[in-house]
Amino acid sequence: MTFDYSWLIGGPQGSGVDTAANIFSRVGTKLGYHVFGKREYHSNIKGLHSYFVVRLSDNKIRSNVNGANIMVAFDAETMIRHGLSISKNGAIIYDSSIVNTSINEIPTIETDHRVRLDEFFKSKNMEPKVSSIIELAKESGVNIYPISFWDALSNIADELKKPELSRMTRMFNVLGVSFSLGVLKAPIAPLLESIEEIFPTKPTIADLNKKAANFAYNYASAKFSGFNASLDETDKEPNIMLVQGHQGSALGKMVCGCRFQSYYPITPASDESEFLETHEILQVKEDRPGSTSIIQTEDEISAIGMAVGASLTGVRSATSTSGPGFSLMAETLGWAGINEVPVVITLFQRSGPSTGLPTRHGQDDLLFAINAGHGEFPRIVYASGDIEDSFYDTGKCFNFADIFQVPVIHILDKFIASSVVTCNRFDPDLVSIDRGKLLEKIDGDYKRFALSEDGISPRSKLGLENGIFWNTGDESDEYGHISEDPVTRIHMMDKRQTKVEQVISLIPKEDQAVVYGKLDICIVSWGSPKGPILDAIEMHKQDGYEIGFIDIKLLHPFPTNYIKSLLKNSSIVIDIEANMTGQLASLIKENLLRDPDYYILKYTGRPMTCTEIFDSLKKILEKKAEKKQVLSYGD
Amino acid sequence: MATKLGDYKTQIHNDWCPGCGDFGIVNAIQMSLTEMQIPRHKAAIFSGIGCSGKTSHFINVYGVHTLHGRVLTFAQGAKIANPEMTIVAVGGDGDGLGIGAGHFVAAGRRNVNMTYIIFDNAVYGLTKGQASPTLKLGEQTKSLANPNSNYNVNPIALAISSGFTFVARSYSYDVRQLKNIITAAIKHKGLSFIDILQPCPTYNDLYTRDWFAGIDQINEETKKPTPRIYNLSDTGYDPVVHYSTITELNEKLSQALEKSLEWGDKIPTGIFYKNELITPYTKRITDKIPNYLENPAAKQKISKNGKSTTDISGILDSLKI
Repeated sequence: MTFDYSWLIGGPQGSGVDTAANIFSRVGTKLGYHVFGKREYHSNIKGLHSYFVVRLSDNKIRSNVNGANIMVAFDAETMIRHGLSISKNGAIIYDSSIVNTSINEIPTIETDHRVRLDEFFKSKNMEPKVSSIIELAKESGVNIYPISFWDALSNIADELKKPELSRMTRMFNVLGVSFSLGVLKAPIAPLLESIEEIFPTKPTIADLNKKAANFAYNYASAKFSGFNASLDETDKEPNIMLVQGHQGSALGKMVCGCRFQSYYPITPASDESEFLETHEILQVKEDRPGSTSIIQTEDEISAIGMAVGASLTGVRSATSTSGPGFSLMAETLGWAGINEVPVVITLFQRSGPSTGLPTRHGQDDLLFAINAGHGEFPRIVYASGDIEDSFYDTGKCFNFADIFQVPVIHILDKFIASSVVTCNRFDPDLVSIDRGKLLEKIDGDYKRFALSEDGISPRSKLGLENGIFWNTGDESDEYGHISEDPVTRIHMMDKRQTKVEQVISLIPKEDQAVVYGKLDICIVSWGSPKGPILDAIEMHKQDGYEIGFIDIKLLHPFPTNYIKSLLKNSSIVIDIEANMTGQLASLIKENLLRDPDYYILKYTGRPMTCTEIFDSLKKILEKKAEKKQVLSYGD
Repeated sequence: MATKLGDYKTQIHNDWCPGCGDFGIVNAIQMSLTEMQIPRHKAAIFSGIGCSGKTSHFINVYGVHTLHGRVLTFAQGAKIANPEMTIVAVGGDGDGLGIGAGHFVAAGRRNVNMTYIIFDNAVYGLTKGQASPTLKLGEQTKSLANPNSNYNVNPIALAISSGFTFVARSYSYDVRQLKNIITAAIKHKGLSFIDILQPCPTYNDLYTRDWFAGIDQINEETKKPTPRIYNLSDTGYDPVVHYSTITELNEKLSQALEKSLEWGDKIPTGIFYKNELITPYTKRITDKIPNYLENPAAKQKISKNGKSTTDISGILDSLKI
């Protein structure tokens, strides 16, 4: 019997929900489970609702399901927002003091949401209160475990003779996770170990939290010993890591030799730059330490300008941003294009337009990444579907940039950025480094933009003897000097455009698109829907249905012939993406002259769950689906 | 072998208008590079957009003609990645103080060891004479339909208050002084700024060569014009901050700001302010990365036989549960 269990903790932002989820994820990993966790939060520092769902399974998992099995709520808002999503035979552990709180006492619930809640409670003839949620959950078979978090805190304070502890509501998170593990009869050792690990430099705090955890764990396991599920130790695979979304591409950059990154703070991209800065000094095999220059700039225009400037010195350089920042980079992107400068832009998409949903997920920027900047110039747009891919793909993107001497936009997104997963230890030996035609020595006359068969000229770098060149945003001759000569213009435009064919013919097929299963009924997608799609396909397989999937990674230039050949025998093509208009589908229509038969789209700012995709695919299999299904699950 | 002035010149046809002040500036940069004997491949000229943006094409060192307003961003990135390069960024006053003003201020705060030169002519020349940031309120150059409706930016004062640690002004027709100031600026340890008054003979009919020469200010005794331009160093002015005291720093900043307000009959040139006691950006990096100068980004070996030499095993170990 497969074990598959989701745990949810919610609370006001700044109250330590992340710490609790970190502990729970670590415990799950230590016990040998596969972990997939996802954080949702408002654009706010303190007070608005945030929550974390951590899913554990003994099979490989890549996404969340709808709802959760067990929930910890120490505030009323968590109960109101998530209480009815807890499944039958699951459990709600909550602070008993919130039971009489009415929705009108929770100012952080949006007005429109409040109106919907009012209507809901009215339709049930119930008071708009936490107690009503508890009643409904109980009716649907959920175990209700009230605990006074406040009393627990003062008991711990008494026991440790530290009266100031009784007011430390920050401890609620450690209490919540410990109550949960007590209810789930998990071994206590991993819990205590995890607490030690997350406070490595603060032994006093770690000790305090461990004592509180011990108390809460024992309390819950004694009081709620009858719970039907338990978290047992399973056989653990060796070399498993627990990785957060921003770490994949950051580690990829360190390994592949990116030594310069400039950025302007923006959600959800900054975490990656901060991680790089934390590890700015790098250990190098058989050499002195290296380092990455991480520069926080005054805006994103400067961020890309600096990265391009650094790249001119021969350094692998990048900038990292999200939609609003990328919008500001458009002009410099064109400069890098016409000057054939390798630079990588890591684009962590979020929901737009404008500020949009600044802390929420979206895949709205595919067509913008392909078209940003005026004029016609080659670029590569490449997408990764999950954290593990983002590590290996980062190295590939830098190779593409160097080999083809083009800007590369590497697309990630908020779903990837704020998820946490178990995966196999990254293998740096699988990352190869190819600097293309970068020169280390030059003799004789040098022309930076020498016309060549493949459109790619040998590349000098600032500081190299005999390698002097000129760059200009104007059209130029082979030396890089301004030229408005119409014949030169044709030569240079054609030279740069030749790279497009080079990209399609030289990037290996398996890096252009990854194919899963038989493609008779075939999903096409790109980026982070990969996880929930693969999980949903797995669920259908259990039911005896086979669905194939093409994860298209090279999105520009579009691998038309390859995708066409893959889809040749597909009877049903289903486009899945997290945007409103189906941007990948529009590329397929434009390049393959084929309209996908079905669309599964989501633009609420919340990532797709495998449950949602499973349900939508089921409708298609049963021939009950509309051409376009729009998903909306999640808070 | 010593390099000669001619080595720093390219064969590119210079298309600036006859009599343009820009010629003096490009000559002075070439003279300064020659005087300092900077190897051609160790120097790079970064330029913005406009007439002044073409400067990089006339100088035979690495030349990076960037985007309007963005020259400082490219230049700082290159300098941080390869601190061995001598980097001079140039651009017009519209480029640096209009569209690029944000970068100007941020660059001052950073104090990267390089030089920024503004070709200050108070008009947008290449787009046919619109008012630029240093044109004063109410002034009307010949292609303006109406008097300028914006107050002017004071480049010297802005540079000083933004953190530039070398702030100077020069005049494009005084090539000797200009060369000396450029050399001093390049030698300065930190970000140096030179505001060069550069008459635009085509579009600025107010700040002309004659006006700077003071032909409207005839000395009654000598019957000769009284030039507006004078050199601060001839007046005993000491721009240098010598000690790390707040009192001296404030005195030097105040005197420089006060001098920056002088305009009209007398216009000061020379070095207004110089402070090498403020840490250059390099020092701020070496404080965290001790071997940055010996092993900056541009010098690091990242691979051997196509495989990475970076060892991330320590970080991967810390992620292992």
